[in-house]
Amino acid sequence: MTVLVIAEHDGALLKSATLNTISAAAKLGGDIHVLVAGAGCGAAAAAAAQVAGVAKVLLADAAHYQDQGAENLAALVLAQAGAYTHLLLPATSFGKNIAPRVAAKLDVAQISDIVSVEAADTFVRPIYAGNALATVKSSDGVKVITVRSTAFEAAGQGGSAPVEAIAAGPDLGLSRLVGRELTKSARPELAAAKIVVSGGRGMGSAENYSKFLDPIADKLNAALGASRAAVDAGYAPNDYQVGQTGKIVAPQLYLAIGISGAIQHLAGMKDAKVIVAINKDPDAPIFQVADYGLIGDLFQLVPQLTAELG
Amino acid sequence: MRVLVAVKRVVDYNVKVRVKADGTGVDLANVKMSMNPFDEIACEEAVRLKEAGVATEVVAVSCGVTACQETLRSAMALGADRGILVESEAELQPLAVAKLLQAVVNKEAPQLVLLGKQAIDDDSNQVGQMLASLMGWPQATFASKVVIAGDKASVTREIDGGLETLELKLPAVVTSDLRLNEPRYAALPSIMKAKKKPLAVIKPSDLGVDVSPRLSTLKVAEPPKRSAGVRVPDVKQLVDKLRNEAKVLP
Ligand SMILES: Cc1cc2nc3c(=O)[nH]c(=O)nc-3n(C[C@H](O)[C@H](O)[C@H](O)COP(=O)(O)OP(=O)(O)OC[C@H]3O[C@@H](n4cnc5c(N)ncnc54)[C@H](O)[C@@H]3O)c2cc1C
Ligand SMILES: Nc1ncnc2c1ncn2[C@@H]1O[C@H](COP(=O)(O)O)[C@@H](O)[C@H]1O
Repeated sequence: MTVLVIAEHDGALLKSATLNTISAAAKLGGDIHVLVAGAGCGAAAAAAAQVAGVAKVLLADAAHYQDQGAENLAALVLAQAGAYTHLLLPATSFGKNIAPRVAAKLDVAQISDIVSVEAADTFVRPIYAGNALATVKSSDGVKVITVRSTAFEAAGQGGSAPVEAIAAGPDLGLSRLVGRELTKSARPELAAAKIVVSGGRGMGSAENYSKFLDPIADKLNAALGASRAAVDAGYAPNDYQVGQTGKIVAPQLYLAIGISGAIQHLAGMKDAKVIVAINKDPDAPIFQVADYGLIGDLFQLVPQLTAELG
Repeated sequence: MRVLVAVKRVVDYNVKVRVKADGTGVDLANVKMSMNPFDEIACEEAVRLKEAGVATEVVAVSCGVTACQETLRSAMALGADRGILVESEAELQPLAVAKLLQAVVNKEAPQLVLLGKQAIDDDSNQVGQMLASLMGWPQATFASKVVIAGDKASVTREIDGGLETLELKLPAVVTSDLRLNEPRYAALPSIMKAKKKPLAVIKPSDLGVDVSPRLSTLKVAEPPKRSAGVRVPDVKQLVDKLRNEAKVLP
């Protein structure tokens, strides 16, 4: 049994979800290889070689992997797939984009967003916005899997795997990156942060969102998150959305501020260790999952809380 | 150009499903069903392309039980011109749906296929990418903006770090994210008109597609329950609890 993990990276560093995916791979048993594909991404390959448990790093360095386009990357993974029993990717916008393309061409099912490995062919995954957990068994020869990062620890350091350059696959020329508008933030990455401060529709405006939440996030060194309603209303960027169809987070502490607690939102944060809710409506469903609930006007309570944190 | 939209019949997003006591699945008896919300967005986008004179015809396709006809009627009430039901009582997993759609695409020859990014029942997020792969087409998943110009589509996507814009050669597959548009509310005259639009019913075997499932569900369980904690009267006590009881703050 040999597992190939497709690394998500920025050319120099591995994204944290890659480390969680490597941990999931370790649960399968067998050798773990990591594929790093990009343009000028030798540093990322070197980083992958140092991750504990990795036996070999495959490096595909070519200009047409610069943009991490799904079509070219899937073709590259397919060319390598024959040697592996399992192909694992993080369940991020990167991994979700590629894994189904690979599975379809291999004529196998793709198993999305696993939260547990029960056996080499059996996995647990949430369905219906996390309101049920399905244990599924695959009858396919190759398992193509995406991994929910919050369900697995990040793999540690201490590896010294060889890096082997492999031939690049074809440049299919089907799609071209025109540009990216990435949210700039010095805060921790939302999906991996220890503390998340999230604001909902109750924030009232984009100005309020930053005026009230930036100071508390600064004090706590927290990532900022948001409900769908807050993102739709333009209070926060799209990549702040926490929930069934946004990001899944499981921090030590999650502060839900002016968020009602719809099932789609809960799906993204109910595995937080401690949940605090601040809401003026005592009947808001968020209080049914909050460890600590504070009822009142967020515009008074949040500044008080920020001050109290010293 | 023709645009194809894939629409799935799912449990309404307002329903909190319950796991069956015997652990074989979730209880769907007497539960409200609706069009997958992302598919409504995909359908709205297709109809807007037609209204803008970019698309000439919008064809909605659904795979599943007879009742999916209702979903197709909803799509036609939003403005789709006709519907195709690939009727099957069998459990259809994403790979099977992608193959059925591939067969329909081969017949209908659309230049653009719009799907939702994810079905809110299985939460797979797979079918669009699988279809694109089977067709050998480019894809733009998680779309928040679609512009068609000539034989190219320019699509802005919601990715983990923000937004990215891709230019795809048509034909292509695009999957909708939440902020692509706000679907219209189908008015009564549109609903009445939709009843008269053509709806074809075919079987997977007509398309020569094997839909056998590849994954078997061994068990469906309730996730660990979180219980409501305590109400704290003020900020001082909240901070005290977070520091000394939960120990999540220094
Ligand atoms: C297909 C689909 C996917 C979805 N995916 C997601 C998802 O991934 N993530 C997500 O979050 N949602 C998602 N949703 C939306 C979800 O159903 C809810 O609509 C959304 O979560 C509501 O956001 P909210 O809690 O901010 O707004 P609301 O429900 O409007 O709640 C606002 C809350 O703020 C409180 N409030 C207002 N003013 C104050 C004040 N001054 N002080 C204190 N409290 C105040 C109110 O009491 C209220 O409880 C999805 C919906 C659909 C259909
Ligand atoms: N049975 C189906 N019939 C029609 N379209 C479907 C079906 N299943 C999935 N789709 C389409 O594929 C998208 C993604 O579904 P999934 O990969 O199952 O999360 C949905 O939003 C639909 O557009």
